Amino acid sequence: MKGNRYWIAFLVLAALLLVFLGINVCAGSVGIPLSEVIKIVSGSRADQVSADIVMQIRLPRALAAAILGGGLALSGYLLQTFFHNPIAGPFILGISSGAKLTVALVMVAALGKAVQVSSMTMILAAFAGAMISMGFVLLMSRVMDQMSMLIVSGVMIGYICSAITDFIVTFADDANIVNLHNWSKGSFSGISWENVWIMTVVIFAASFCVFLMSKPISAYQMGESYARNMGLNVQLFRALLVILSSVLSACVTAFAGPVSFVGIAVPHLVKSLFKTTRPILMIPGCFLGGAAFCLLCDLLARILFAPTELSISTMTAVFGAPVVIVVMIRRKKEKAS
Amino acid sequence: MEQYYFYTQGLCVGYHGTPLIKNIELSLKKGEILTLIGPNGAGKTTILKSIIRQLAPISGVVYLDGKETDAMTGHELSRKMSVVLTERVRPELMTCEDVVATGRYPYTGKFGILSKEDTKIVKEAMELVHIKELADRDFSHTSDGQKQRVMLARAICQEPDIIVLDEPTSFLDMRYKLEFLSILQDMSRTKHLSVIMSLHELDLAGRISDKIACVKGDKIDRFGTPEEIFTSGYMPELYHLTTGSYDELTGNLELEPVKGAPEVFVLSGNGCGTAVFRRLQREGRAFAAGILWENDLDYPSAKALAAEVVSVGPFGSIGETAMERAKELISQCKEVIFAMDETMLGEWNQKMRELYEYAKKQGKRSL
Repeated sequence: MKGNRYWIAFLVLAALLLVFLGINVCAGSVGIPLSEVIKIVSGSRADQVSADIVMQIRLPRALAAAILGGGLALSGYLLQTFFHNPIAGPFILGISSGAKLTVALVMVAALGKAVQVSSMTMILAAFAGAMISMGFVLLMSRVMDQMSMLIVSGVMIGYICSAITDFIVTFADDANIVNLHNWSKGSFSGISWENVWIMTVVIFAASFCVFLMSKPISAYQMGESYARNMGLNVQLFRALLVILSSVLSACVTAFAGPVSFVGIAVPHLVKSLFKTTRPILMIPGCFLGGAAFCLLCDLLARILFAPTELSISTMTAVFGAPVVIVVMIRRKKEKAS
Repeated sequence: MEQYYFYTQGLCVGYHGTPLIKNIELSLKKGEILTLIGPNGAGKTTILKSIIRQLAPISGVVYLDGKETDAMTGHELSRKMSVVLTERVRPELMTCEDVVATGRYPYTGKFGILSKEDTKIVKEAMELVHIKELADRDFSHTSDGQKQRVMLARAICQEPDIIVLDEPTSFLDMRYKLEFLSILQDMSRTKHLSVIMSLHELDLAGRISDKIACVKGDKIDRFGTPEEIFTSGYMPELYHLTTGSYDELTGNLELEPVKGAPEVFVLSGNGCGTAVFRRLQREGRAFAAGILWENDLDYPSAKALAAEVVSVGPFGSIGETAMERAKELISQCKEVIFAMDETMLGEWNQKMRELYEYAKKQGKRSL
């Protein structure tokens, strides 16, 4: 039965999420057994050093990877829906890079005046950047009727934003620049509990809105004309899609910098797992899948060449890029048949 | 206008503020079928798009059930009107049943979950268009014809009062064309469904439609019953037919006749000659035909393809003038083809045999 498949798929995703979450907290330069971790989290007495490692470093970082990964996958799913294209995503369309640019500007400006930047300011800055990039992409989509051209123009916008960001980062003079440099490459390190709370609120609120939109999304999958005939206000719907996907990817970028390929690879993998594109299943599926995927990638980025840490995008690209290639080959085949 | 379920008033449609077709006045009762015909690019699709509110009209109003469609919410309109468009739908990983079920969208709740009742209506719609066996098939792996029927089932399970279709029969083979239109006819009769569609097949349009609108230039050139529309000589005019010919009564569509003096005379009648005429046309040989009653089955194709047709009035007797003209033509031709049912008896047959003997005597090659 189809229903069983869905349940099994959800269980698999949830299990992966929990397992990776566990490993992420336990593994590292100092190995901490799971029983110890459980003691620490439940608040019973434990070794102070281990407790600090878990509570101050690993747990917030793992939670951030999970929440932001889920948000990122969902943002990619929304963009694919919007453009009716399976290789659209926040990174490839330059939206992450736009967010990165504005966040870098705000951070450098704040560092210059020695002001602490709040999480919320960062998110707002990132959202502004994401919307500007998105605006460009939308303008381009009016001129370019071909999807591949749109993707290329998105990639170009991304490069331009990255170049400006690099420029700013290179010439900003501050000791904290190391952090900024790390962040601009994409990383889940240095996440505080305050960050975690804020991202939880923003990402979950946006994701819940997306979930509420699962019915209109299913109508939109049939193409705009049919969606309109089903009574969907297409303009309003499209605006909401753009805003929600920008909020999601902006929030991710504000905390973790640009993270590549999650937005494309995860929805595709989840789709293959579920063997359906029904939004009501895809939305929670993408969130769980994105969370698990980012936990795995962050784990590998941390421990593979420890103590040297890889940037998160290095890992997500290694897993994500082949998926994109597979998607494109499959699409080509389908068009030919 | 109250007796009409659907009507337009001074509707003017076009793109980017430029009117393409002006002053469209169409009206349709419940259970009636309206067909738009006209040449490619005449604007049939533009009119349909404006009717279904995909394209804002430049001016004028569309009324549905006594209410302006512009004043309706999308939800309200979706429960009254459903559509089958030419736009290709490429849903991923959706079975045909899933696609049909999207028609229930205006009726399902916040999350679009189908109720038992919805599922039943979906199944019924699929049975109605004979696609039950496609239910679990991946929609993207079906033929164009099957896709079209799935889209009809989708439109039907939306439970509309009016259904608008843009060239619905284009990808269908003969069997499914007839089946498709029969379903529409049946629904218009039994469920009082109104139908507006565009068709390229004039013969089918003339058979199924209660009303036909001819789109020509910047206006609806004619609007009325098929009897009012299919008058002699109008279709070639509507379609700017410059090569070949079309006969409104029989729907006979022929290629351009071969020019020049006839080299073959075809003795034919009772439908035996048409295939011969068409072969000669393909071979590029000019011919004359006769002697035909003007109500003979061969007459429309002979008239369209022959350099000259020797004919007499319906069931009339074959007089001397006709015989003389036939003999004259035979002597001018190099060859005579005897394309007739040998077993037929009667005065007409005798005369034809007489002409055949005459040709032989003249030493014409005969077949």
